[in-house]
Amino acid sequence: MKRLLLAVLIALALALSAAAFAIDPLPFKDNVQRDRFQHLTRELRCMVCQDESLLASNADFAKQLRRQIFDMMQQGKSDKEIKDWLVARYSTFILYDPPLAPSTIALWFGTPAILLAGGIVVVVLLRRRTRPAGAIAEDPGDDW
Amino acid sequence: MNEVARKPIGRFVPLLVFAALVVFFVIGLLWNQSHDARFVPSPLIDKPAPEFRLPRLENPTQFVTKADLLGKPYLLNVFASWCFACGDEHPVLMAYRDKFGVSLIGYDYKDAPQDARAWLDRHGNPYHEVIADQSGETAINFGVYGAPETYLIDAKGIIRYKHIGPLTPDVIAKELEPKIRALAQEGST
Repeated sequence: MKRLLLAVLIALALALSAAAFAIDPLPFKDNVQRDRFQHLTRELRCMVCQDESLLASNADFAKQLRRQIFDMMQQGKSDKEIKDWLVARYSTFILYDPPLAPSTIALWFGTPAILLAGGIVVVVLLRRRTRPAGAIAEDPGDDW
Repeated sequence: MNEVARKPIGRFVPLLVFAALVVFFVIGLLWNQSHDARFVPSPLIDKPAPEFRLPRLENPTQFVTKADLLGKPYLLNVFASWCFACGDEHPVLMAYRDKFGVSLIGYDYKDAPQDARAWLDRHGNPYHEVIADQSGETAINFGVYGAPETYLIDAKGIIRYKHIGPLTPDVIAKELEPKIRALAQEGST
């Protein structure tokens, strides 16, 4: 039990360290703005190093866009305005949270559809199994 | 009776499901091989190129604006002396500069001007004109995120085509030249 707890703690520590972010000395007005900045840039992809967020990446590209986003925040732009501005330049690929669009329908509904299909198969199989006893007796070797 | 007849087929259901999964995996593998996830289609295609005003590399006191380049289609090639793939692309540009049929403008991206000048002196200068974006701020408006990138911009300043990564003879023949020919036909009608 102790060992398990230790393993969980180590896994947690590793996960948290992976979530660390690159630090720029950006002069935020207050903590609210800083939190908003971190939340926003965590949802944006660094186009150069695609498995990192703009918040986490140390790439030059990410630094520059962080600065740009910071400046836009100082100008009073909303999160949506900033995202739209980025999408106009880098396409929706820059968003980690993909918008619902014709090209993303499979992405949004594919998994629920497969889950639903699997559920139907399970239900049908279970129904077959709960047949009258006589039917089951006739049915040896049904081992899956 | 009916059930008994159906059972043998039912036994193959797991195999069929497994086969379907294998098919999906193979499709995924093949798709990954033929598509480079780094190359994201630009949302700026068929939209006006952003306004810019950038110094000439050779003479930084002179500026080139988007308006200066209107009237004729041109290729805008984003490069940098620090960019490794640009070195691969460079001989191709040297060979094709006079075959494109449109002028080739170099866009020196986030580069120290003296480094870019030395790079062009050493390898040769394929460009008809080179503009320098040392800070990279204008490049954000072009959606540049890596070099080399190449834009085809028409006489009205609309971005008609973008290629990310080095231009190769193959890409030029299959993608770029048809686009340039189409522009030439538009221009003559």
